[in-house]
Amino acid sequence: MNTKVRIAGVELKNPVMTASGTFGSGVEYSEFVDLSRLGAVVTKGVASVPWPGNPTPRIAETCGGMLNAIGLQNPGIDVFCSRDIPFLRRQNTRIVVNVCGRSTEEYCEVVERLGHEPVDLLEINISCPNVKEGGIAFGQNPRAVEEITLAVKRVARQPVIMKLSPNVTDITETARAAEAGGADALSLINTLTGMKIDVERRAFALANKTGGLSGPAIKPVAVRMVYQAAQAVGIPIIGMGGIATAEDALEFILAGATAVSVGTANFRNPRATVEIAEGIEAYMARHGVEDLSTLIGAVR
Amino acid sequence: MKIKETCTVIGQERIAQDVYSLWLQTGRIASQARPGQFVSLYSADGSRLLPRPISLCEIDDVQGRLRLVYRVVGKGTKEFSALSEGDTLDVLGPLGNGFPMEEAAGKRIFLIGGGIGIPPMLAAAQALESDRENKMLVMGYRDELFLDQELAAAGTLYVATEDGGAGVKGNVLDAIRSYGLAADLIFACGPRPMLRAIQEYAADRNITCYLSMEERMACGVGACLGCICASTGVDDHSRVHNKRVCKDGPVFLSTEVEL
Repeated sequence: MNTKVRIAGVELKNPVMTASGTFGSGVEYSEFVDLSRLGAVVTKGVASVPWPGNPTPRIAETCGGMLNAIGLQNPGIDVFCSRDIPFLRRQNTRIVVNVCGRSTEEYCEVVERLGHEPVDLLEINISCPNVKEGGIAFGQNPRAVEEITLAVKRVARQPVIMKLSPNVTDITETARAAEAGGADALSLINTLTGMKIDVERRAFALANKTGGLSGPAIKPVAVRMVYQAAQAVGIPIIGMGGIATAEDALEFILAGATAVSVGTANFRNPRATVEIAEGIEAYMARHGVEDLSTLIGAVR
Repeated sequence: MKIKETCTVIGQERIAQDVYSLWLQTGRIASQARPGQFVSLYSADGSRLLPRPISLCEIDDVQGRLRLVYRVVGKGTKEFSALSEGDTLDVLGPLGNGFPMEEAAGKRIFLIGGGIGIPPMLAAAQALESDRENKMLVMGYRDELFLDQELAAAGTLYVATEDGGAGVKGNVLDAIRSYGLAADLIFACGPRPMLRAIQEYAADRNITCYLSMEERMACGVGACLGCICASTGVDDHSRVHNKRVCKDGPVFLSTEVEL
Protein backbone atom coordinates (compact mmCIF):
# COMPACT_ATOMS: atom_id res chain seq x y z
CA MET A 1 0.00 0.00 0.00
CA ASN A 2 1.35 3.42 -0.94
CA THR A 3 0.30 6.34 1.26
CA LYS A 4 2.92 8.74 -0.10
CA VAL A 5 1.86 12.01 -1.66
CA ARG A 6 3.86 14.85 -3.24
CA ILE A 7 3.47 18.58 -2.68
CA ALA A 8 5.54 20.67 -5.10
CA GLY A 9 8.09 17.89 -5.50
CA VAL A 10 8.36 17.21 -1.76
CA GLU A 11 7.38 13.67 -0.88
CA LEU A 12 5.37 13.14 2.32
CA LYS A 13 5.20 9.61 3.78
CA ASN A 14 1.47 10.08 4.27
CA PRO A 15 -0.97 12.96 3.72
CA VAL A 16 -1.44 13.85 7.41
CA MET A 17 0.01 17.16 8.55
CA THR A 18 -0.63 19.37 11.55
CA ALA A 19 -2.56 22.63 11.21
CA SER A 20 -0.53 25.73 11.98
CA GLY A 21 -1.04 27.23 15.42
CA THR A 22 -2.53 24.15 17.03
CA PHE A 23 0.65 22.15 17.42
CA GLY A 24 3.41 24.64 18.31
CA SER A 25 6.56 23.25 16.72
CA GLY A 26 5.62 19.75 17.83
CA VAL A 27 7.58 19.68 21.11
CA GLU A 28 4.52 19.56 23.37
CA TYR A 29 2.67 16.92 21.34
CA SER A 30 5.76 14.73 20.93
CA GLU A 31 4.85 13.42 24.42
CA PHE A 32 1.76 11.84 22.86
CA VAL A 33 2.64 11.07 19.25
CA ASP A 34 5.68 9.86 17.33
CA LEU A 35 6.16 12.82 14.98
CA SER A 36 7.90 10.56 12.45
CA ARG A 37 4.49 8.98 11.82
CA LEU A 38 3.24 12.25 10.33
CA GLY A 39 3.55 13.42 6.76
CA ALA A 40 4.72 16.81 8.01
CA VAL A 41 4.68 19.13 10.98
CA VAL A 42 3.38 22.59 10.11
CA THR A 43 4.65 25.07 12.67
CA LYS A 44 2.94 27.90 14.45
CA GLY A 45 3.27 31.11 12.40
CA VAL A 46 6.62 32.83 12.77
CA ALA A 47 7.34 36.51 12.12
CA SER A 48 10.51 38.55 11.76
CA VAL A 49 10.41 39.60 15.44
CA PRO A 50 8.56 38.29 18.54
CA TRP A 51 4.83 39.08 18.60
CA PRO A 52 2.97 39.27 21.92
CA GLY A 53 -0.46 38.36 20.54
CA ASN A 54 -3.84 39.46 21.90
CA PRO A 55 -5.18 39.94 25.45
CA THR A 56 -7.07 37.09 27.16
CA PRO A 57 -9.58 35.50 27.01
CA ARG A 58 -8.26 34.18 23.71
CA ILE A 59 -10.38 31.01 23.63
CA ALA A 60 -14.11 30.35 23.64
CA GLU A 61 -15.92 27.10 22.97
CA THR A 62 -18.92 27.02 20.64
CA CYS A 63 -21.20 24.15 19.65
CA GLY A 64 -19.02 21.69 17.75
CA GLY A 65 -16.23 24.21 17.47
CA MET A 66 -14.15 26.86 19.13
CA LEU A 67 -13.16 30.46 18.60
CA ASN A 68 -9.58 31.59 19.04
CA ALA A 69 -8.00 35.00 18.94
CA ILE A 70 -4.40 34.22 19.85
CA GLY A 71 -3.11 36.94 17.55
CA LEU A 72 -0.06 35.06 16.24
CA GLN A 73 2.04 35.20 19.41
CA ASN A 74 5.44 33.87 18.37
CA PRO A 75 9.11 34.16 19.36
CA GLY A 76 10.34 35.57 16.06
CA ILE A 77 12.54 34.00 13.41
CA ASP A 78 15.85 34.09 15.36
CA VAL A 79 14.66 31.93 18.26
CA PHE A 80 12.65 29.78 15.88
CA CYS A 81 15.73 28.96 13.79
CA SER A 82 17.99 28.27 16.74
CA ARG A 83 15.53 26.27 18.84
CA ASP A 84 12.59 24.86 16.86
CA ILE A 85 14.22 23.86 13.57
CA PRO A 86 16.95 21.75 15.25
CA PHE A 87 14.22 19.95 17.23
CA LEU A 88 12.15 19.29 14.11
CA ARG A 89 15.17 18.04 12.16
CA ARG A 90 15.55 15.20 14.64
CA GLN A 91 11.97 13.97 14.11
CA ASN A 92 12.24 12.35 10.67
CA THR A 93 9.25 14.22 9.28
CA ARG A 94 8.85 16.99 6.74
CA ILE A 95 9.07 20.54 8.09
CA VAL A 96 6.59 23.15 6.89
CA VAL A 97 7.13 26.60 8.37
CA ASN A 98 4.14 28.90 8.56
CA VAL A 99 5.16 32.52 7.95
CA CYS A 100 3.29 35.62 9.11
CA GLY A 101 3.96 39.32 8.73
CA ARG A 102 2.44 42.79 8.92
CA SER A 103 3.74 43.88 5.53
CA THR A 104 5.11 42.35 2.34
CA GLU A 105 8.60 43.25 3.53
CA GLU A 106 8.13 41.38 6.81
CA TYR A 107 6.90 38.24 5.06
CA CYS A 108 9.83 38.40 2.63
CA GLU A 109 12.35 38.94 5.42
CA VAL A 110 11.26 35.71 7.13
CA VAL A 111 11.08 33.80 3.84
CA GLU A 112 14.60 34.92 2.88
CA ARG A 113 15.92 33.94 6.27
CA LEU A 114 14.36 30.48 5.97
CA GLY A 115 16.05 30.02 2.59
CA HIS A 116 19.20 29.06 4.45
CA GLU A 117 17.45 26.64 6.81
CA PRO A 118 16.69 22.93 6.34
CA VAL A 119 12.93 23.34 5.95
CA ASP A 120 10.94 21.59 3.22
CA LEU A 121 8.05 23.92 2.49
CA LEU A 122 6.84 27.40 3.40
CA GLU A 123 3.21 28.13 4.21
CA ILE A 124 2.38 31.82 3.91
CA ASN A 125 -0.37 32.91 6.30
CA ILE A 126 -2.39 35.58 4.52
CA SER A 127 -5.57 34.60 6.28
CA CYS A 128 -5.28 35.10 10.04
CA PRO A 129 -8.50 36.84 11.15
CA ASN A 130 -7.06 37.97 14.49
CA VAL A 131 -4.43 40.57 13.63
CA LYS A 132 -5.06 44.10 12.46
CA GLU A 133 -2.30 44.34 9.87
CA GLY A 134 -1.13 41.60 7.56
CA GLY A 135 -3.00 38.35 7.89
CA ILE A 136 -6.42 38.45 6.39
CA ALA A 137 -5.94 41.94 4.94
CA PHE A 138 -3.78 40.28 2.29
CA GLY A 139 -6.03 37.30 1.88
CA GLN A 140 -9.40 38.76 0.93
CA ASN A 141 -8.43 40.71 -2.18
CA PRO A 142 -7.39 38.62 -5.21
CA ARG A 143 -4.99 41.31 -6.48
CA ALA A 144 -3.30 41.52 -3.06
CA VAL A 145 -3.06 37.73 -2.95
CA GLU A 146 -1.34 37.65 -6.32
CA GLU A 147 1.04 40.46 -5.39
CA ILE A 148 2.14 38.98 -2.08
CA THR A 149 2.55 35.59 -3.73
CA LEU A 150 4.75 37.10 -6.44
CA ALA A 151 6.83 38.95 -3.86
CA VAL A 152 7.33 35.87 -1.69
CA LYS A 153 8.11 33.64 -4.67
CA ARG A 154 10.77 36.07 -5.81
CA VAL A 155 12.81 35.48 -2.63
CA ALA A 156 11.76 31.97 -1.60
CA ARG A 157 14.17 29.07 -1.97
CA GLN A 158 11.61 26.48 -0.89
CA PRO A 159 8.24 25.75 -2.51
CA VAL A 160 5.53 28.16 -1.36
CA ILE A 161 2.09 27.20 -0.08
CA MET A 162 -0.37 30.10 0.19
CA LYS A 163 -2.85 29.64 3.06
CA LEU A 164 -6.20 31.05 2.01
CA SER A 165 -9.05 32.56 3.98
CA PRO A 166 -12.60 31.24 3.79
CA ASN A 167 -13.88 34.73 4.61
CA VAL A 168 -14.42 35.57 0.93
CA THR A 169 -17.36 35.42 -1.44
CA ASP A 170 -15.64 33.23 -4.01
CA ILE A 171 -12.70 31.04 -2.95
CA THR A 172 -11.83 30.31 -6.58
CA GLU A 173 -10.85 33.95 -7.12
CA THR A 174 -8.19 33.97 -4.41
CA ALA A 175 -7.12 30.42 -5.33
CA ARG A 176 -6.56 31.47 -8.95
CA ALA A 177 -4.81 34.65 -7.83
CA ALA A 178 -2.33 32.67 -5.74
CA GLU A 179 -1.71 30.29 -8.62
CA ALA A 180 -1.19 33.26 -10.98
CA GLY A 181 1.34 34.67 -8.52
CA GLY A 182 3.33 31.46 -8.75
CA ALA A 183 2.18 29.56 -5.66
CA ASP A 184 3.31 25.95 -5.63
CA ALA A 185 0.37 24.78 -3.51
CA LEU A 186 -2.59 26.08 -1.50
CA SER A 187 -3.72 25.47 2.08
CA LEU A 188 -7.38 25.94 2.89
CA ILE A 189 -9.29 26.81 4.90
CA ASN A 190 -8.06 29.04 7.67
CA THR A 191 -10.65 29.81 10.36
CA LEU A 192 -13.99 31.52 9.74
CA THR A 193 -14.39 34.84 11.53
CA GLY A 194 -16.91 34.46 14.34
CA MET A 195 -18.19 35.98 17.56
CA LYS A 196 -19.64 34.76 20.84
CA ILE A 197 -21.46 36.83 23.43
CA ASP A 198 -21.79 35.86 27.09
CA VAL A 199 -25.38 36.84 27.86
CA GLU A 200 -24.98 36.59 31.65
CA ARG A 201 -22.08 39.06 31.66
CA ARG A 202 -23.40 40.91 28.58
CA ALA A 203 -19.89 40.92 27.18
CA PHE A 204 -17.89 39.40 24.35
CA ALA A 205 -16.49 35.98 25.16
CA LEU A 206 -13.15 36.97 23.59
CA ALA A 207 -11.13 40.05 24.51
CA ASN A 208 -10.61 40.58 20.77
CA LYS A 209 -14.43 40.50 20.26
CA THR A 210 -14.04 38.35 17.14
CA GLY A 211 -12.08 35.15 16.67
CA GLY A 212 -11.46 32.35 14.21
CA LEU A 213 -13.95 29.50 14.25
CA SER A 214 -12.48 26.01 13.90
CA GLY A 215 -13.49 22.44 14.66
CA PRO A 216 -16.05 20.00 13.25
CA ALA A 217 -18.63 22.79 12.89
CA ILE A 218 -16.76 24.25 9.89
CA LYS A 219 -15.97 21.01 8.05
CA PRO A 220 -18.75 21.09 5.42
CA VAL A 221 -17.74 24.64 4.47
CA ALA A 222 -14.11 23.56 4.19
CA VAL A 223 -14.87 20.48 2.08
CA ARG A 224 -16.96 22.60 -0.29
CA MET A 225 -14.20 25.20 -0.65
CA VAL A 226 -11.50 22.58 -1.22
CA TYR A 227 -13.68 21.03 -3.92
CA GLN A 228 -14.26 24.41 -5.60
CA ALA A 229 -10.59 25.38 -5.43
CA ALA A 230 -9.52 21.99 -6.79
CA GLN A 231 -11.74 22.56 -9.83
CA ALA A 232 -10.25 26.01 -10.35
CA VAL A 233 -6.49 25.47 -10.08
CA GLY A 234 -3.88 22.94 -11.16
CA ILE A 235 -1.62 23.14 -8.09
CA PRO A 236 -1.96 20.76 -5.12
CA ILE A 237 -4.25 21.63 -2.24
CA ILE A 238 -3.76 20.90 1.45
CA GLY A 239 -7.23 20.60 2.94
CA MET A 240 -8.16 21.48 6.49
CA GLY A 241 -11.07 22.62 8.61
CA GLY A 242 -12.62 20.43 11.28
CA ILE A 243 -10.82 17.19 10.49
CA ALA A 244 -11.09 14.89 13.52
CA THR A 245 -11.20 11.38 12.03
CA ALA A 246 -9.82 9.42 9.07
CA GLU A 247 -13.25 9.66 7.42
CA ASP A 248 -13.08 13.44 7.66
CA ALA A 249 -9.60 13.43 6.11
CA LEU A 250 -10.77 11.16 3.28
CA GLU A 251 -13.65 13.54 2.50
CA PHE A 252 -11.11 16.28 1.82
CA ILE A 253 -8.92 13.96 -0.26
CA LEU A 254 -11.88 12.77 -2.34
CA ALA A 255 -12.87 16.41 -2.80
CA GLY A 256 -9.45 17.15 -4.28
CA ALA A 257 -6.95 17.65 -1.46
CA THR A 258 -3.52 16.06 -1.88
CA ALA A 259 -2.82 16.29 1.85
CA VAL A 260 -4.71 17.31 4.98
CA SER A 261 -3.97 19.23 8.16
CA VAL A 262 -5.36 18.32 11.58
CA GLY A 263 -5.76 21.19 14.03
CA THR A 264 -8.44 21.65 16.66
CA ALA A 265 -8.87 17.87 16.94
CA ASN A 266 -5.50 17.74 18.73
CA PHE A 267 -7.08 19.58 21.68
CA ARG A 268 -9.71 16.90 22.12
CA ASN A 269 -7.44 13.97 21.28
CA PRO A 270 -3.67 14.55 21.47
CA ARG A 271 -3.19 11.44 19.32
CA ALA A 272 -5.64 12.53 16.61
CA THR A 273 -2.97 12.99 13.90
CA VAL A 274 -1.52 9.50 14.20
CA GLU A 275 -4.92 7.87 14.58
CA ILE A 276 -6.05 9.59 11.38
CA ALA A 277 -2.96 8.34 9.51
CA GLU A 278 -3.70 4.81 10.75
CA GLY A 279 -7.38 5.15 9.88
CA ILE A 280 -6.53 6.13 6.31
CA GLU A 281 -4.42 2.98 5.97
CA ALA A 282 -7.27 0.88 7.37
CA TYR A 283 -9.66 2.45 4.86
CA MET A 284 -7.27 1.70 2.00
CA ALA A 285 -6.97 -1.91 3.13
CA ARG A 286 -10.74 -2.24 3.50
CA HIS A 287 -11.39 -0.86 0.03
CA GLY A 288 -8.42 -2.46 -1.72
CA VAL A 289 -6.84 0.92 -2.53
CA GLU A 290 -3.21 0.35 -3.55
CA ASP A 291 -2.20 3.97 -4.01
CA LEU A 292 -3.63 6.84 -2.00
CA SER A 293 -3.10 9.25 -4.88
CA THR A 294 -5.87 7.49 -6.82
CA LEU A 295 -8.33 8.86 -4.25
CA ILE A 296 -7.34 12.50 -4.71
CA GLY A 297 -10.27 14.32 -6.29
CA ALA A 298 -11.96 11.01 -7.08
CA VAL A 299 -15.43 12.41 -6.34
CA ARG A 300 -16.40 14.88 -9.06
CA MET B 1 4.78 12.56 31.92
CA LYS B 2 1.28 13.46 30.70
CA ILE B 3 -1.20 10.66 30.23
CA LYS B 4 -4.63 10.51 28.62
CA GLU B 5 -6.69 7.70 30.04
CA THR B 6 -10.24 6.63 30.74
CA CYS B 7 -10.95 6.87 34.47
CA THR B 8 -13.76 5.33 36.50
CA VAL B 9 -15.92 7.29 38.91
CA ILE B 10 -15.67 5.90 42.45
CA GLY B 11 -18.27 8.30 43.78
CA GLN B 12 -19.58 11.82 43.62
CA GLU B 13 -21.46 14.07 46.02
CA ARG B 14 -22.63 17.65 46.13
CA ILE B 15 -20.82 19.36 49.01
CA ALA B 16 -22.16 22.92 48.67
CA GLN B 17 -24.36 24.96 46.33
CA ASP B 18 -23.11 24.07 42.80
CA VAL B 19 -19.92 22.52 44.26
CA TYR B 20 -19.27 18.81 43.63
CA SER B 21 -16.71 16.35 44.97
CA LEU B 22 -15.71 13.65 42.49
CA TRP B 23 -13.42 10.71 43.30
CA LEU B 24 -11.82 9.08 40.26
CA GLN B 25 -9.92 5.82 39.91
CA THR B 26 -7.09 6.59 37.51
CA GLY B 27 -4.61 4.25 35.89
CA ARG B 28 -1.32 6.10 36.20
CA ILE B 29 -2.27 9.79 36.47
CA ALA B 30 -2.65 9.91 40.27
CA SER B 31 0.71 8.24 40.89
CA GLN B 32 2.45 10.98 38.86
CA ALA B 33 0.51 13.94 40.29
CA ARG B 34 1.68 16.69 42.64
CA PRO B 35 -0.32 19.31 44.57
CA GLY B 36 -1.02 22.38 42.45
CA GLN B 37 -1.20 20.44 39.21
CA PHE B 38 -4.47 19.92 37.35
CA VAL B 39 -6.19 17.50 35.03
CA SER B 40 -8.31 18.13 31.95
CA LEU B 41 -11.68 16.40 31.78
CA TYR B 42 -13.31 15.64 28.43
CA SER B 43 -17.02 15.89 27.83
CA ALA B 44 -18.71 12.77 26.49
CA ASP B 45 -20.63 15.09 24.17
CA GLY B 46 -18.56 15.65 21.02
CA SER B 47 -20.12 19.08 20.47
CA ARG B 48 -18.17 20.24 23.54
CA LEU B 49 -14.68 19.95 22.14
CA LEU B 50 -12.43 21.41 24.75
CA PRO B 51 -11.29 19.69 27.92
CA ARG B 52 -12.13 21.37 31.24
CA PRO B 53 -9.12 22.06 33.47
CA ILE B 54 -9.85 21.08 37.10
CA SER B 55 -7.46 21.35 40.06
CA LEU B 56 -6.48 18.37 42.22
CA CYS B 57 -8.10 18.42 45.66
CA GLU B 58 -6.71 15.17 47.01
CA ILE B 59 -4.12 12.77 45.58
CA ASP B 60 -4.12 9.14 46.71
CA ASP B 61 -1.04 7.89 44.91
CA VAL B 62 -1.12 4.51 46.65
CA GLN B 63 -4.55 3.56 45.35
CA GLY B 64 -4.22 5.69 42.20
CA ARG B 65 -7.17 7.92 43.05
CA LEU B 66 -7.85 11.61 42.59
CA ARG B 67 -10.41 13.80 44.29
CA LEU B 68 -11.64 16.72 42.20
CA VAL B 69 -13.79 19.43 43.75
CA TYR B 70 -15.25 21.81 41.20
CA ARG B 71 -18.04 24.30 40.70
CA VAL B 72 -20.73 23.86 38.06
CA VAL B 73 -20.34 26.93 35.85
CA GLY B 74 -21.56 25.73 32.45
CA LYS B 75 -22.69 22.81 30.34
CA GLY B 76 -19.46 20.82 30.64
CA THR B 77 -19.26 20.91 34.43
CA LYS B 78 -23.05 20.31 34.57
CA GLU B 79 -22.46 17.09 32.62
CA PHE B 80 -19.67 16.01 35.01
CA SER B 81 -21.91 16.67 38.03
CA ALA B 82 -24.29 13.97 36.78
CA LEU B 83 -21.62 11.25 36.82
CA SER B 84 -21.99 8.53 39.42
CA GLU B 85 -20.20 5.41 40.63
CA GLY B 86 -19.06 3.17 37.78
CA ASP B 87 -19.30 5.84 35.05
CA THR B 88 -16.21 6.55 33.01
CA LEU B 89 -14.57 9.78 31.97
CA ASP B 90 -11.59 10.63 29.74
CA VAL B 91 -8.89 12.51 31.62
CA LEU B 92 -5.60 14.12 30.56
CA GLY B 93 -2.98 14.74 33.19
CA PRO B 94 -1.23 15.51 35.34
CA LEU B 95 -0.80 18.97 33.81
CA GLY B 96 1.11 22.06 34.89
CA ASN B 97 3.95 22.55 37.33
CA GLY B 98 2.42 22.32 40.82
CA PHE B 99 3.48 24.01 44.06
CA PRO B 100 7.18 23.88 45.01
CA MET B 101 6.55 21.74 48.10
CA GLU B 102 10.27 21.41 48.88
CA GLU B 103 10.50 25.15 49.62
CA ALA B 104 8.19 24.77 52.60
CA ALA B 105 10.61 22.78 54.77
CA GLY B 106 11.06 24.40 58.16
CA LYS B 107 8.98 27.47 57.24
CA ARG B 108 5.79 29.00 58.56
CA ILE B 109 3.45 28.78 55.59
CA PHE B 110 0.13 30.32 54.60
CA LEU B 111 -1.98 28.17 52.32
CA ILE B 112 -4.61 30.61 51.09
CA GLY B 113 -7.67 29.60 49.11
CA GLY B 114 -10.62 31.61 47.89
CA GLY B 115 -13.87 30.13 46.57
CA ILE B 116 -13.23 27.38 44.06
CA GLY B 117 -9.50 28.06 44.60
CA ILE B 118 -9.84 26.28 47.96
CA PRO B 119 -9.71 22.64 46.71
CA PRO B 120 -6.07 22.59 45.51
CA MET B 121 -4.94 23.97 48.88
CA LEU B 122 -6.18 20.78 50.56
CA ALA B 123 -3.84 18.66 48.41
CA ALA B 124 -0.99 21.00 49.30
CA ALA B 125 -1.85 20.92 53.03
CA GLN B 126 -1.98 17.13 53.09
CA ALA B 127 1.41 16.84 51.38
CA LEU B 128 3.23 19.32 53.65
CA GLU B 129 5.07 17.76 56.56
CA SER B 130 5.23 21.00 58.58
CA ASP B 131 3.95 21.15 62.18
CA ARG B 132 0.26 22.05 62.49
CA GLU B 133 0.95 25.50 63.96
CA ASN B 134 3.25 26.37 61.06
CA LYS B 135 0.72 25.18 58.49
CA MET B 136 -1.87 27.96 58.47
CA LEU B 137 -4.78 27.34 56.11
CA VAL B 138 -6.60 30.61 55.44
CA MET B 139 -9.76 30.03 53.44
CA GLY B 140 -12.19 32.60 52.11
CA TYR B 141 -15.77 31.62 51.35
CA ARG B 142 -18.74 33.64 50.15
CA ASP B 143 -21.07 32.02 52.70
CA GLU B 144 -21.44 28.23 52.68
CA LEU B 145 -18.37 26.29 53.88
CA PHE B 146 -17.03 23.20 52.13
CA LEU B 147 -13.94 21.00 52.70
CA ASP B 148 -13.56 22.71 56.08
CA GLN B 149 -13.38 19.43 58.02
CA GLU B 150 -10.69 17.98 55.75
CA LEU B 151 -8.75 21.27 55.89
CA ALA B 152 -8.96 21.42 59.68
CA ALA B 153 -7.56 17.88 59.81
CA ALA B 154 -4.62 18.81 57.57
CA GLY B 155 -3.48 21.99 59.37
CA THR B 156 -4.66 24.96 61.41
CA LEU B 157 -7.75 26.36 59.67
CA TYR B 158 -8.71 30.03 59.67
CA VAL B 159 -11.92 30.97 57.89
CA ALA B 160 -13.23 34.20 56.41
CA THR B 161 -16.73 34.58 54.99
CA GLU B 162 -18.17 37.55 53.11
CA ASP B 163 -21.34 37.50 55.22
CA GLY B 164 -19.58 36.74 58.51
CA GLY B 165 -21.62 33.55 58.92
CA ALA B 166 -18.46 31.66 59.90
CA GLY B 167 -15.00 32.83 60.99
CA VAL B 168 -13.95 36.40 60.31
CA LYS B 169 -16.31 38.63 58.33
CA GLY B 170 -14.41 39.75 55.24
CA ASN B 171 -11.70 38.28 53.05
CA VAL B 172 -8.61 36.13 53.63
CA LEU B 173 -6.38 39.12 54.41
CA ASP B 174 -8.93 40.30 56.99
CA ALA B 175 -8.62 36.86 58.59
CA ILE B 176 -4.81 37.03 58.60
CA ARG B 177 -4.90 40.46 60.29
CA SER B 178 -7.69 39.55 62.66
CA TYR B 179 -5.92 36.43 63.94
CA GLY B 180 -2.52 38.18 63.93
CA LEU B 181 -0.90 35.57 61.69
CA ALA B 182 2.53 35.77 60.07
CA ALA B 183 4.35 33.48 57.63
CA ASP B 184 7.61 33.06 55.68
CA LEU B 185 6.03 31.50 52.59
CA ILE B 186 2.65 31.73 50.83
CA PHE B 187 0.87 29.38 48.43
CA ALA B 188 -2.45 30.76 47.15
CA CYS B 189 -5.22 30.02 44.70
CA GLY B 190 -8.40 31.97 44.11
CA PRO B 191 -10.07 34.77 42.18
CA ARG B 192 -7.93 37.41 40.50
CA PRO B 193 -8.72 40.26 42.99
CA MET B 194 -7.71 38.01 45.89
CA LEU B 195 -4.47 37.02 44.18
CA ARG B 196 -3.72 40.67 43.46
CA ALA B 197 -4.20 41.58 47.13
CA ILE B 198 -1.99 38.69 48.26
CA GLN B 199 0.67 39.65 45.72
CA GLU B 200 0.76 43.13 47.27
CA TYR B 201 0.69 41.76 50.84
CA ALA B 202 3.68 39.52 50.07
CA ALA B 203 5.60 42.30 48.31
CA ASP B 204 5.10 44.70 51.26
CA ARG B 205 6.47 42.13 53.70
CA ASN B 206 9.07 40.61 51.37
CA ILE B 207 7.53 37.15 51.68
CA THR B 208 8.11 34.51 49.00
CA CYS B 209 4.72 33.89 47.48
CA TYR B 210 3.40 31.46 44.83
CA LEU B 211 0.07 32.09 43.11
CA SER B 212 -1.93 29.52 41.17
CA MET B 213 -3.59 31.09 38.14
CA GLU B 214 -6.61 30.28 36.02
CA GLU B 215 -7.37 31.05 32.36
CA ARG B 216 -9.49 29.74 29.49
CA MET B 217 -7.54 26.86 27.94
CA ALA B 218 -7.66 24.82 24.78
CA CYS B 219 -4.78 22.33 24.49
CA GLY B 220 -3.72 22.26 28.17
CA VAL B 221 -0.17 21.23 27.21
CA GLY B 222 1.51 24.48 26.13
CA ALA B 223 1.04 24.29 22.37
CA CYS B 224 -1.81 26.63 21.48
CA LEU B 225 -0.89 29.75 23.51
CA GLY B 226 -4.52 30.30 24.47
CA CYS B 227 -4.05 30.63 28.23
CA ILE B 228 -1.24 33.11 28.72
CA CYS B 229 -0.79 35.50 31.63
CA ALA B 230 1.25 38.69 31.59
CA SER B 231 4.72 38.11 33.04
CA THR B 232 7.21 40.62 34.39
CA GLY B 233 10.13 38.92 32.66
CA VAL B 234 10.55 37.69 29.10
CA ASP B 235 9.07 34.21 28.77
CA ASP B 236 11.14 31.30 27.49
CA HIS B 237 8.66 30.13 24.90
CA SER B 238 7.69 33.20 22.86
CA ARG B 239 10.28 35.69 24.17
CA VAL B 240 7.60 38.26 24.96
CA HIS B 241 5.94 38.79 28.35
CA ASN B 242 3.39 35.99 28.22
CA LYS B 243 3.81 32.87 30.34
CA ARG B 244 1.63 29.88 29.58
CA VAL B 245 -0.70 29.15 32.49
CA CYS B 246 -1.11 25.47 31.49
CA LYS B 247 2.58 24.70 31.00
CA ASP B 248 4.79 27.31 32.72
CA GLY B 249 2.19 27.48 35.53
CA PRO B 250 -0.44 27.33 36.80
CA VAL B 251 1.74 28.15 39.84
CA PHE B 252 3.90 31.27 39.48
CA LEU B 253 6.08 33.29 41.80
CA SER B 254 4.04 36.39 42.68
CA THR B 255 6.88 38.57 41.40
CA GLU B 256 6.86 36.99 37.92
CA VAL B 257 3.24 37.70 36.95
CA GLU B 258 1.26 40.90 36.42
CA LEU B 259 -2.30 40.58 37.65
